[in-house]
Amino acid sequence: MQVALDEREVKLSPKDFVSGQEVKWCPGCGDYSILKQVQTIFPDLGIPKENFVFISGIGCSSRFTYYMDTYGMHSIHGRAVAIASGVKMANPELSVWVISGDGDSLSIGGNHFIHALRKNFDLNYLMFNNRIYSLTKGQYSPTSERGKVTKTTPFGSIEEPFNPLSLALGANAAFVARTLDRDPKHMQGVLRRAHEFKGAAFVEVLQNCPIFNDGAFFAFSDKNTKNEEAIFLQHGQPLVFGNNAEKGILLDGLTPRVVRLGEDGISASNLWIHDEQDKTKAFLLAHLDEIAAEGEHMPEPFGIIYARERLPYEELMEQQMRAIEARSGRIPLAKILAGNRTWTI
Amino acid sequence: MSAHLDTSHPTPVIEAESVVVRFSGDSGDGMQLTGIQFSDTTALLGNDLSTFPDYPSEIRAPGGTIAGVSGFQVNFGSREVFTPGDAYDVLVAMNAAALKVELPRLKPGGILIANTAGFDRRSLELAQYPDGVNPLEDGSLDGFTLHKIDISKLTKEALTDSGLSAKEVERSKNMFVLGLLFWLFDKSTEPSIQFLREKFAKHPELAEANVRVIQSGWNYGENAEIFPSRYRVRPATLPAGTYRSITGNQAIAIGLITAAERSGLPLFLGSYPITPATDILQELSRYKANGVKTFQAEDEIAGICAAIGAAYAGSLAATTTSGPGMALKTEAAGLATMLELPLVIVNVQRGGPSTGLPTKTEQADLLMAMYGRHGEAPLPVLAAASPSDCFSMAYEACRLAVEHMTPVVLLSDGYIANGAEPWRIPSEESLQPIRFEFLHQPNGPDGELRPYHRDERGVRPWIKPGTKGLEHRIGGLEKQSETGNVSYEALNHEIMVRQRAEKVERIAQNIPPATLDSGADKAHVLVLGWGSTYGSIKTAVRELLSEGCDVAHVHLRYLNPFPANLGALLAGYEQILVPEMNTGQLLQLIRAKYLVPAVGFSKIQGQPFTTGELKNRILEMLNS
Ligand SMILES: Cc1ncc(C[n+]2csc(CCOP(=O)(O)OP(=O)(O)O)c2C)c(N)n1
Ligand code: SF4
Ligand SMILES: [Mg+2]
Repeated sequence: MQVALDEREVKLSPKDFVSGQEVKWCPGCGDYSILKQVQTIFPDLGIPKENFVFISGIGCSSRFTYYMDTYGMHSIHGRAVAIASGVKMANPELSVWVISGDGDSLSIGGNHFIHALRKNFDLNYLMFNNRIYSLTKGQYSPTSERGKVTKTTPFGSIEEPFNPLSLALGANAAFVARTLDRDPKHMQGVLRRAHEFKGAAFVEVLQNCPIFNDGAFFAFSDKNTKNEEAIFLQHGQPLVFGNNAEKGILLDGLTPRVVRLGEDGISASNLWIHDEQDKTKAFLLAHLDEIAAEGEHMPEPFGIIYARERLPYEELMEQQMRAIEARSGRIPLAKILAGNRTWTI
Repeated sequence: MSAHLDTSHPTPVIEAESVVVRFSGDSGDGMQLTGIQFSDTTALLGNDLSTFPDYPSEIRAPGGTIAGVSGFQVNFGSREVFTPGDAYDVLVAMNAAALKVELPRLKPGGILIANTAGFDRRSLELAQYPDGVNPLEDGSLDGFTLHKIDISKLTKEALTDSGLSAKEVERSKNMFVLGLLFWLFDKSTEPSIQFLREKFAKHPELAEANVRVIQSGWNYGENAEIFPSRYRVRPATLPAGTYRSITGNQAIAIGLITAAERSGLPLFLGSYPITPATDILQELSRYKANGVKTFQAEDEIAGICAAIGAAYAGSLAATTTSGPGMALKTEAAGLATMLELPLVIVNVQRGGPSTGLPTKTEQADLLMAMYGRHGEAPLPVLAAASPSDCFSMAYEACRLAVEHMTPVVLLSDGYIANGAEPWRIPSEESLQPIRFEFLHQPNGPDGELRPYHRDERGVRPWIKPGTKGLEHRIGGLEKQSETGNVSYEALNHEIMVRQRAEKVERIAQNIPPATLDSGADKAHVLVLGWGSTYGSIKTAVRELLSEGCDVAHVHLRYLNPFPANLGALLAGYEQILVPEMNTGQLLQLIRAKYLVPAVGFSKIQGQPFTTGELKNRILEMLNS
């Protein structure tokens, strides 16, 4: 009886992750979909509910924490991952999820962002990129494109934006992925992979803000353009896209080229085969359109750009501590108090 | 430094009550190591003492310059010693620049040991003596007991065929000074020899060379017959117990570990290096075997944020820094106040504002500790009074943080952080227990969770993620009383602001009352101090009391909240003098809270008060 009860408790449903708080995002906001996908995959990740922890910064995106019926902290602007790293170091058993926006992560929190990825805490980092500061009502962000007209750039932004994938790779991130609010299935797959990955898993989620930057990513979800503008990566599979999967990308040295399958004797085997563990190619993917040959337009990559495990920070920390303890033993408090030299009066 | 003569020894030995020695040289001359070794031995042999390392912020300022002078001062005595002393009985000057800087504080008739090799033309020029002037030769030092010794040459001679490079030989000359001073003060060379053999265990040839130089310094004193007498400072009569020497920074590190061991909570430190607080991070990094997690973050913000995360997850969390880092931590300190999580924030103050005087001391961050957060964000503020008091106050900061679920600021400063004194090691049992428990069950009346339900002290429960059934959200947004849910309700905000303040106020019931350090509970003048001015004030007031003055001394270790009895205590005095190494910050707090006409006495020179300065000011007040 007892056993059966416990089993029933373990069987969670998405509803179990819905907190009682009223969700206050604007109607049509892409954040709803992200919340939905997270709540959908969580029941069968095999983690006891009480072991999930969400840490968010500040922004529309960061309100996420209040809507998940898990442990959570809605913190201060830009610092979520710094706090999350402390949670993870203190208790490596927890499944820690960082929720942040493009401004939160790449502007005010830029320093923590690069260092957390470099140090590789075992956490999942979801950055909702709407290429705008939404909570503060529409100023340009570090991912807003050049020329963008916003409330603080009435004549257009003069800044070169960050490329989040490339920035994460440059910071030595172990896992870098991209997905889209309007592709629930794809997002669920990427989130699962992020969860399974041991180490810092950075996921850029392109998210529509219908109020301040509507349609920024529609090209990747609209059925008329999606197949031409987006390419969905699969490990070990050739880079194929197009309405009828008739196009592919091959690498000519370091330059990507769009080719037509079946033309000029080109078959799938000639194409660029995606290898998640290849760092060089991951950089090329992150800059695909930028580095394309002149006059050529490339689709944007989605999926796991790069994934290569290395031991996470907190595990190395514990390992080192255990090794030292095994070697020299715990120092008794009396010895710590006494130091190296004492005298008695 | 004077008393009776003992002529039984070849060189007569004079008994002295206390002696101030100042070692001074170029940054590269190793004076800090010499001073520490000399002090450690002195302490080991039973003297009470107080040290003052005084070094430039440049790692290696240009050699031989005035900017590059690095000093180490020790005052040791057969009676209690509370300060490094105002003026020197003995000055060791390794070069002309050191003499130039230090001479004004050498007592008339004091012993001056000058390394003649540091007084060549180039050195004199770098020390900005006029062309052709050499103070060692022109009779200008006639008022002192001058000993001119070519320490560099004697070191070289001691190390002929040692196989050491010329540079290594030159670097050993501080050991000659050490040996000579041990001889002069009739102290054993053994502890230092043992130290060197341990330090250079992997390079026995270096250890032996240094030992040889120490011995040749000793022998030089014994044989050269240039010193008419030696000095002996008998062991002090300190309370019985086992002692060690401790600096303020070491004491904070050990205080934090002790609190962790006593509470059973794992210790987490998130920190970013900054003078003069870095030692605490370095010291704590050595205790990995005890489960101490130290995290050198990418900046001070990440340091405190990681600590907040660790506190949330159930660790005893701390962050350590100095002024500039404290400024960076303010937003996160506000978050911790809002979340009501335990956290110890240590600020080892230095001269400010901005980069200010990184290696010099100041007490100018008190008001920042009190008010340096936006919104109404009160938190407890403690201050350590001496190097060893840093242990007690670090322990107290942990105790109050955990028992009251609040961030606590602990103030130290560069002076006590680096200064050392003997410390009677407390027994583990003498430490107050740290009481807390994690919440494991819903605490609401209907079996639901109330993360911001307060107990009779106004304290909310500590709930670790991972606790089954207690999932909940906390955050920086204002929350509803009891439930912790986000609330923008007007009245609720006022209630929460007041509840958070009241919680801190009630800590006054969990701290000791203010007590008199010296003097009576009614007097003409009360000297009210806080932090590192303790030693100078104590010495000044004790001396005045022995001269029959009507004066008393109270030293505050709890600055927010003030001890509950402070107002009543202050009422016993006609006048209150508040000496501070700032323009009058405690003064403002005291005047505002107790409406007493306290008067300030400021020194803002990056240097501690001298006993003389304080005595003069107190006398002025007594006579007014
Ligand atoms: C220290 C600090 N500075 C500024 C703000 C104001 N602020 C809140 S959210 C935000 C930008 C949010 O943009 P983003 O991270 O992209 O999140 P979004 O709202 O777009 O999801 C800013 C500037 C703040 N809360 N704290
Ligand atoms: S402003 Fe934009 S990002 Fe924010 S909730 Fe509304 S739609 Fe979403
Ligand atoms: Mg945004």
